Parts: sequence; structure tokens; C-alpha cells
Amino acid sequence: MSNQSIDIGSETVVRRTVLRPNGLRVLLGLTVIMALLPFIASPYVLLLMLPFIGYSIALLGFNLLFGNTGLLSFGHALFLGVGAYTAAALTSKFGVLSFELLLLVATLMSALVSLVVGALCVRYTRIFFGMLTLAFGMLFHSFLFKFYYITGGDQGMRVLRPLLLGMEWRGGKTAFLTGPFYYYALLLFALLGLVMWRITQSPFGLHLRAIRENAGKAAYVGVQIFRMRLAAFVISAVYGGIGGTILAVTTGLADPELAYWTHSGNLVFMAVLGGSGTFAGPAIGALVFVVLQDFVMSITQYWRFVMGAVLVLLVVFMPQGLSGTVEALVNRRQGGR
Amino acid sequence: MQPARAADTSPLFQAINVSKSFGAFKALSNVSLHVNDGEFISIVGPNGAGKTTLVNVATGLLRPTAGEVRFMGRDIAGVGPVELARRGMSRAFQLVNIFPALTVRETLAVAVASRLCRVGNPFRSLRRDDVLQADAERIAEVLGLRARLETIASTLSQGEKKLLDIASAFALKPSVILLDEPTSGVSTGDKHSIMEVLVSAAKAAGVRGIVQVEHDMDLVERYSHRIVALQEGRVLADMPPKEFFADPTMLAAVVGTRPQTLRKAH
Repeated sequence: MSNQSIDIGSETVVRRTVLRPNGLRVLLGLTVIMALLPFIASPYVLLLMLPFIGYSIALLGFNLLFGNTGLLSFGHALFLGVGAYTAAALTSKFGVLSFELLLLVATLMSALVSLVVGALCVRYTRIFFGMLTLAFGMLFHSFLFKFYYITGGDQGMRVLRPLLLGMEWRGGKTAFLTGPFYYYALLLFALLGLVMWRITQSPFGLHLRAIRENAGKAAYVGVQIFRMRLAAFVISAVYGGIGGTILAVTTGLADPELAYWTHSGNLVFMAVLGGSGTFAGPAIGALVFVVLQDFVMSITQYWRFVMGAVLVLLVVFMPQGLSGTVEALVNRRQGGR
Repeated sequence: MQPARAADTSPLFQAINVSKSFGAFKALSNVSLHVNDGEFISIVGPNGAGKTTLVNVATGLLRPTAGEVRFMGRDIAGVGPVELARRGMSRAFQLVNIFPALTVRETLAVAVASRLCRVGNPFRSLRRDDVLQADAERIAEVLGLRARLETIASTLSQGEKKLLDIASAFALKPSVILLDEPTSGVSTGDKHSIMEVLVSAAKAAGVRGIVQVEHDMDLVERYSHRIVALQEGRVLADMPPKEFFADPTMLAAVVGTRPQTLRKAH
């Protein structure tokens, strides 16, 4: 055998991957509907949509880790907490009111925290990874809870109304939240959705999926498992931090409950509800969760029981989540794939 | 593939007096093995002879208890799979080892992306990367998987899965490739076609040396330039197939007393 080799790369590409950009379309469609919502919906509904936007952003990140990389974090609320408390500390202690600055610092803080936490956690997979992230989440929660003089303990910390693009809103709170802030958050959602789409469609995203599918083999084809997992962890944490900032501004409060493990559980619930196998699934899950929770809470005080029952039914009958089930139905109708 | 040329001096790959123990159990003792440029080597031996351990040591997965493992003149003991892939040695596995939910194209793109260093920027498009895509397509072409590019790996036939595993090892454009029973779990009819594809693909992809672990003596006889027989962790023989198969004691030692049964078992 000689040193001759096939001249790879000299030939122009013949056929490209047939990718159906369904996930992105669903996400952008959702954005358009949301953008039209203020014209028809009541302020109550719009106020309900803000947590949805916050959760959706967090879940876009969460699913990079869960759906793409195969790492199920049970402590992801930690980063919502980091984002929320960053916003609270900056607005009420340091007098920083620029929302852009809040986002920037929240991004940096969650990246920093996740770099440390992730470096320890991503060495493990499956239940061990889940338990470790849970432990870090609990650790952060007790810090928020116990260090009263820094964090306000169970009282939480106030988040003052920020300036959007340096402009002050003189109207009432609801008008601010359902008006400029709503559109600002929605734009952020669309933008971060686009960025996440790019990430999942990149060679980097492909390497993450290879790790999810078979980490042992991935290493033999040159995938740097630790580095890739850590990168996914940090990106997902940044999305969590930004989502947390939006949640905190919406409620005007950074509360230790935000970082509590049940809140991490809610994130997992939303991802499973919408379907972690698809790009837009978790966002759909967040929407259905927020609306369902609001509805059930309005009719019974045993809402946790109902939500639990929904989760059980979901796992038994729709393991692929809502979007996965819809996709399967569409495929079946189109003659199957 | 032609046998080694005299002009080439140092071997591509060398294991020198390698020993490997697992506790009290000595899996390999004083094993030496070399692969010259252009060679196809078969490692044979009964179960438990240390073949897979040798491959694991050779691919840097296990660190030898004693001895040296060198690839292209550099020590590779325990460097790990990623570094090994970067240096130009890749490996396919005994059991089918694929990314079940990825398509053939994606599977090959994983390896090509790491070879072309495309993962540093998470915003780079995979689909519009013509060089990467063309590269993945060429590998698929060479391994006869072109028609299956958009097929999900888990739905391929057993033989195709094997080929895909081997193809992703080729996609790294390695100098040396190690194959742990490339045809295990494949029907006898498919075995020969897989080997034919493999050898011609190696030629086309510029692979300079192949080491395979193989039980099927027909394949060993037909394709290898040299046979290294292991028995209880020691090298029993290192000779061309002609000499090896001329010696009945060799065959008996390697495949046991009933070679026919063993052949059927695979």
C-alpha cells in the first residue's frame, strides 16, 4: 500500500443533508403569535406569558444539556437563582438599573458558577450527574436561605424596575411588564432561540449528540467528551441565568424558592411535557405547564396532585412528550418514516 | 495492499516487551509486535489469549504494566483515545458500536469534524460546510454506504452497521487502523464482502497499516501479510500465513483441537 490517498475535499458537495427546520419554524411561529397577543389578550394573560418566556429561554439551554448531550440536570434552578439574585443585587444594592447590564452580568455570573460546578459534575453521567447537580442546587439554596444579611433569607431580595435600552418607563407596573418589557423579553426569546438553533445545527452540536448516543465510541472518533460536556453545561447555565433574570424582573423579587430543587423538577417536567427530543418541545412544554398550572390553581388547592397525575399519565402514554407525539402522528399520516 | 517495502525503515507501530496484569492475572507477558508500512497483520489466538487486551494497550486505552508502545516513533502508552485519533491511529470495535439515532452522514461527520477541527466554533453551520460534507460522502462512497447516507444508524443491517463503525474509523484518515474482529456477528457470506471493502477502502483512504483480531481462519489466511499468534498472553508465532498454515501444531494451538466447530461459532 502506498502513501496515495483519496483527495478528500476537492470535489464539490453533491447532496446536502435534508434537514426539516421544523423546530425553528415552530419557535418563530410561537414568537409571532406571542407578538400579536397584546392586541387581543388581557393583561392577566400577558403577565402569565412572561414566566413562560423566562422558562422557555431557560429550557432552550436546559435541553442542550438534556436532549442533545444526554445529561439530565436536577439542579438547573440554581442558574435561574443566579440570574435572579444578580438582577436583585445589582438593582437594589448597587443601583444598576440598565437591563442590558443586568443581562450581561447575569450571563457572566452564571457562566462563572457553571464553569466551576460543571467541571465537577460533567465527569459523571446519568444518575450520578443528576445527584451532583441536585446537591449543588441545594447548596446554593441553603446559601440563599441562611445568609440573611446578604440575600434577605426567606424574604428574598427586591428587584427594582430596570431601564430598557436606557429608557425609563413612567407608567404603572402592569403596563411596564405587559408593554415594553413583554416585547423586550419576547425579542430576547427569539434571538436566543435562533442562536440555540445555530448551536444545535453546528459540528459542535453534532459532537454533543454523538456523546449522548455513545460516549465510548465518540472518544475514538476524536470527540473531546469532557470539554464538550462542560461547554454544553456552561451554555445551558447562561440560558438559565438569562431566564432567571426575566423571571425575577417579572415578579419583582428574587426568592430562594427559585433555586429550590422542586423548581429544578419543574424544569424537568416542562422539558418532558413538551418533549426533549425536539428543538421547540421544551418551549411548548413551558407554555402548557404555565397555563395548566394557572388553570388548575384557580380551581383547586390540590393543584400539585393534579400536576403529579399529569406527569404520570405523560410518562406512561406520551413518553416523547407533546411535540414528539404530534411529530409521530404527522409522520404516520404522511406514510411513515 | 502490498507487503512492506524494504525502503521503509522504522515500523509504524511497535509494542516492545509489553506486559499487562490485572491483579494477579497476567493478561500479557513480554509481547512484542510491530507493524511496518503497508502491512496487514492478523492477531489470532484462542479466547483469553490476550488479543483484546493487546488491542486495548495498543490503542492507549490501557497502560501497560511494563514495556513500551510506540506509534510513529512516539510513546503512546495510555494517551487516551482522543489524542490517539489526533495522531493518526483509529479503531473499530468487536461489538457493533454506533451512534444509534444519528444518520450515516452524521456519524461520519462526527469523525470528519474532529479531524478538520470544526468544533471550536459552536455557530458554524454543519450543513453548509461543503468540505466536511464532501469528505463524509467520500468515506461513505469508499465503504459502500453512499446509498445509506440519510439512514438512521440503528435501522441499518448488521453488516452495514459493522461497515459504518469501520467507516467512522476511516473518516479520521488514520495511518494505522486497529480492527477488533471486524466481521464478528456477521453472516459468513457478508464476511468476505466486508473484508474486500475494507482492504480496498484502506488503499483508497491512504491507511498505511491494518491490525485486526480475527477468529475466522479463512479470512486470516486470505488477507494478512503476517500472523501474530497469541497463547496465554505470550507470542507463540509471528510469521507469514504460508508458514503459519503449513504448521499443523500452530493451528491446533490457536484454534483448539476442533477448528471446524470454532469456525461455525462465529
